[in-house]
Amino acid sequence: MPKIAFWQGNMGIAMGAIAAGCRFFGGYPITPSTEIAEAMAEELPRLGGKFIQMEDEIAGIAAAIGASIAGVKSMTATSGPGFSLKQENLGLAYMAEIPLVVVDVMRGGPSTGLPTKISQQDVMQARWGSHGDHGTIAYAPSSVQECYEITVEAFNMAERFRQPVLIMNDEVLGHMREKVIVPEDDSLVLVDRKRPTVSPDEFVPYRADEQDDIPPMAGMGDGYRWHVTGLTHNDWGFPTNNAAEIEKKMLRLMRKIDRFRDDIVKYDTESVKDADVLVLSYGSVARTALSAVRMARKKGIKVGHFRPVTLWPFPDKELETIASRVKTILVPELNCGQMVLEVERVVGKERVVRQNLVNGELFKPAEILSKIEEVA
Amino acid sequence: MPREEVMKWLRARFFPHIWCPGCGHGVIMHALLRSLTALDKKPEETVIASGIGCSSRMPGYINACTVHTTHGRSLGFATGIKLAKPELTVIDVMGDGDCTAIGGNHFIHACRRNIGITAIVMNNNIYGMTGGQASPTTPPGAKATTAPYGAIDPPFDICNLAAGAGATYVARATIAQPAMCEQYIKKGIQHKGFSVIEIVTHCHTQFGRKNKRSSPVDNLNFFKQASVAKAKADQMSPEELVGKIITGEFVNKDIPEYTEQYDKLIAKVRG
Repeated sequence: MPKIAFWQGNMGIAMGAIAAGCRFFGGYPITPSTEIAEAMAEELPRLGGKFIQMEDEIAGIAAAIGASIAGVKSMTATSGPGFSLKQENLGLAYMAEIPLVVVDVMRGGPSTGLPTKISQQDVMQARWGSHGDHGTIAYAPSSVQECYEITVEAFNMAERFRQPVLIMNDEVLGHMREKVIVPEDDSLVLVDRKRPTVSPDEFVPYRADEQDDIPPMAGMGDGYRWHVTGLTHNDWGFPTNNAAEIEKKMLRLMRKIDRFRDDIVKYDTESVKDADVLVLSYGSVARTALSAVRMARKKGIKVGHFRPVTLWPFPDKELETIASRVKTILVPELNCGQMVLEVERVVGKERVVRQNLVNGELFKPAEILSKIEEVA
Repeated sequence: MPREEVMKWLRARFFPHIWCPGCGHGVIMHALLRSLTALDKKPEETVIASGIGCSSRMPGYINACTVHTTHGRSLGFATGIKLAKPELTVIDVMGDGDCTAIGGNHFIHACRRNIGITAIVMNNNIYGMTGGQASPTTPPGAKATTAPYGAIDPPFDICNLAAGAGATYVARATIAQPAMCEQYIKKGIQHKGFSVIEIVTHCHTQFGRKNKRSSPVDNLNFFKQASVAKAKADQMSPEELVGKIITGEFVNKDIPEYTEQYDKLIAKVRG
């Protein structure tokens, strides 16, 4: 029997991680994400897992990557300033292809900004925050139920693609409590990283399989010896300055995500079939925007809603199909205009209307409704 | 030539190494490999982590489970590995800048936590890889590219720092004493808890040529002349100890090791 729970979003993420098989958490306290660390500190030892509060955000992600290298599914969670601090080691996990889930519960920025207030100011940082090119998988849940489910999926994607996966939660959803239907553990589909099938003597640690561009990964201590490095490396994990080897590695890092983009992309729509106006929003804003869309529908305005669940990869071709039928696309965001740049990339600037709020508050439905009325 | 059982630990594919001819890091790597073979460690159960710098390239040349991480952060990674799999032997090799500048916070907290990791700090008083900038262990008055008129920053004493932060085994040797290096590394690996072995070495290329120690032999002679065993140093005045390198064991104590404490906590929680 599925269980009914009443959780806040941060708890949904922690419990989703446990259900996904996460058995290591390295972290550091920071508002508004601390509840995730606290829940993991309580739950993991009961399951024989390990939680460690490290000396800073940098060490928190380092420990989580270390545990994953040792073969344990692991996670770290943070918020704005901590997300900035984690970018360096996040890059190492991209380069060395280490599965990991990183949660950013977004608060207002820049700098210390608004520790207890919502924003969506980190969504471009999720894509471009760590230096150098790499594919990105980043989710934006918009209900506590989704916090739970997306976290399970994030672990599955991290394991499948051997790279960090980001969950871009926000302060309101992180702290909001609502009903969650918790599936039974055995009903969940869980993915584990591909392990080597060859003997330790034949193991070439970064030789990718042709069918998916992903190299099998041995856990340290499992009988295989291999070298992890943040330096650009060849199939042996050996640092290289050879142009052909560099290009091979870099293009594979991008390609392993690009070619399976359709398996990763997730989005949601409502009332889009006959819509003249399309509202595109994500995270907590999507909840407000959907209320506004429903209110506008009652007033006879033909308006629909498009919600990217994966911010990265962005559901561009799906948006393009739907947007081709509408006159105006309204993009309400709690930043000065970030995901709207992706929308404009897909549909052009002419039909796109921005609605931005950076005062630490969430939009009220009436505010989005009046904007819908204005542009309809 | 190293012994055959030591040669088996080398990852010949990754050679030639990047170190300058005459670099002291090879002496330290040899001492580490002799320690591992003497202790019958298996390469597939031995993790060697490192950060960034010349010394941190060492793991690449060792055919074990090796993790070359980000600058200063290797102890964070090593902590995750050790906690996830306490049965592994975990060694972390660092340089002076890596360990005590950018990695200083991670270093003192690893000492405090007393997790079963052996930290080998190769102290050559300079940032070698980037071309000879001053480090937190550059002696006062010594020249570096970022201290062209001589360093005025007071340096860290790595062993004092480790002892003060709570490391439970702390020792220092110089590369002029390879047997002592091996002895302390072996004891550090066998020790339950966080062990720190500072090995004073040289960078004749970047430090030496600016500070009148431009050949490897100059440096070996300097280490022989400047080294004072701890027992003797204890009898000497602070004035007599200026410019000396005190070698020996500074801390060797028994305090519960972190991963063992963690396993006890799990057992207690699970009833």
